[in-house]
Amino acid sequence: MIRTAFVLAGLGLGLAATMAQADPIAERQQLMKGVGRATREGAAMAKGDAAFDAAKAQGIFKTYADAAKTMPTLFPETSRTGGETTAAPKIWEDQAGFKAAFAKFEADAGAGAGVTDLAGFRAAFGAATKNCGACHEVYRVKR
Amino acid sequence: MLLLRRLLVTLVLLAAVALGGFYLLTDPRLVSPAPEVGALPAPDIENGKVLFAAGGCASCHATPGQDDRTRLGGGLALASAFGTFHAPNISPHTRDGIGNWGIQDFVDAMAAGVGRQGEHLYPAFPYTSYRLMPPKALADLFAYIRTLPPVEGRAPAHELRFPFNIRRLVGGWKLLFFEGGSFRPDPARSEAWNRGAYLVNGPGHCAECHSSRNGFGAIVPATRFAGGPDPEGKGFVPNITQDEADGLGKWSKEEIAELLKTGFTPSFDSVGGPMAEVVRNMAQLSDADRAAMAEYLKSLPAVATPPRPQAK
Repeated sequence: MIRTAFVLAGLGLGLAATMAQADPIAERQQLMKGVGRATREGAAMAKGDAAFDAAKAQGIFKTYADAAKTMPTLFPETSRTGGETTAAPKIWEDQAGFKAAFAKFEADAGAGAGVTDLAGFRAAFGAATKNCGACHEVYRVKR
Repeated sequence: MLLLRRLLVTLVLLAAVALGGFYLLTDPRLVSPAPEVGALPAPDIENGKVLFAAGGCASCHATPGQDDRTRLGGGLALASAFGTFHAPNISPHTRDGIGNWGIQDFVDAMAAGVGRQGEHLYPAFPYTSYRLMPPKALADLFAYIRTLPPVEGRAPAHELRFPFNIRRLVGGWKLLFFEGGSFRPDPARSEAWNRGAYLVNGPGHCAECHSSRNGFGAIVPATRFAGGPDPEGKGFVPNITQDEADGLGKWSKEEIAELLKTGFTPSFDSVGGPMAEVVRNMAQLSDADRAAMAEYLKSLPAVATPPRPQAK
């Protein structure tokens, strides 16, 4: 009985994992769009086009940190091509460097997790968003 | 018998004339005469620094694998359909770099694609665009480069397939595809537009990547700025004309200037590949210069993106 339950639970987990991986290209693109939306919000605050809001600011860094955790799992070997992906082959040639880039992004995002004022936000936001271009330069091809 | 001999002599003569003609027609100084430098005022090193950033010189000539963008030891490998080019050392090192060059040598290279030995330079070095910089600007740039540290060591020779390894053939290429001459402002346009046109077409050499090329590696004029396959074979370089579908038609001037400064698109995507490096260079220009480039780009007529090659 217990064993059956375990097996079923295992199957369920496996199924969930498979579903999550069903279309990793679409999923990582969605995730990156979310990061883009957060950055738009952040840029508006950093430039003073929008009022500083600590909760919103912290939410931006949470979006970054969550994305940084999930992203490296969304590049299975089978997702090198298709779906208008702009992923560079370098991702699979240099998995260690690719994962390290996301670890750095996560750490930089973590540094902003508790920001309470605009100056602190600007500094942390600037540092965190430096990762965008740095990582895209190496691991992304032109569209 | 007499007839045969006559025929033979005629053929040999024709071949000699053809060879002589080829030799004459592909003579570097004849095909692509450089502007005479003449007397120039003292160089403006600050302007040279701006042009160095706008020209992206460090992107190809900085020694790879180290962070100092002012160490111009060369050596970056540029893959192409013709073989691999290796960017040379352009640091002021007297033996391995351009430390022994005079200003006329520098102008010959930048404005005419002619090296110090009077040889043709391959257009992987975008003198096709740099030639728009007038001698005064080139003198400023040269003066700035001479303030940088000399770096020892030479880059490997280019590894090109036959017949592309015959430099003389570049003379023929120039006859077909190279137009010389410095930038001429359009008096009907604003000062900002002219500044932008100069930066985009000259030092910035944007069209060198944002266009499609023909079988000889020359830009197809109809696709200028409309995008094309990355010459290095990785992906597709976007359309930057005013095309609505995938160009900059819906972008504001401010958004274009923002991209050049921070690398963010209006949807806050961050540009990747070699454009990330371009942004690092353009970020060193003034806001006014980036705005001028945007002003010019917004004036480009919409051109549809050329068809993409089939994905492999």
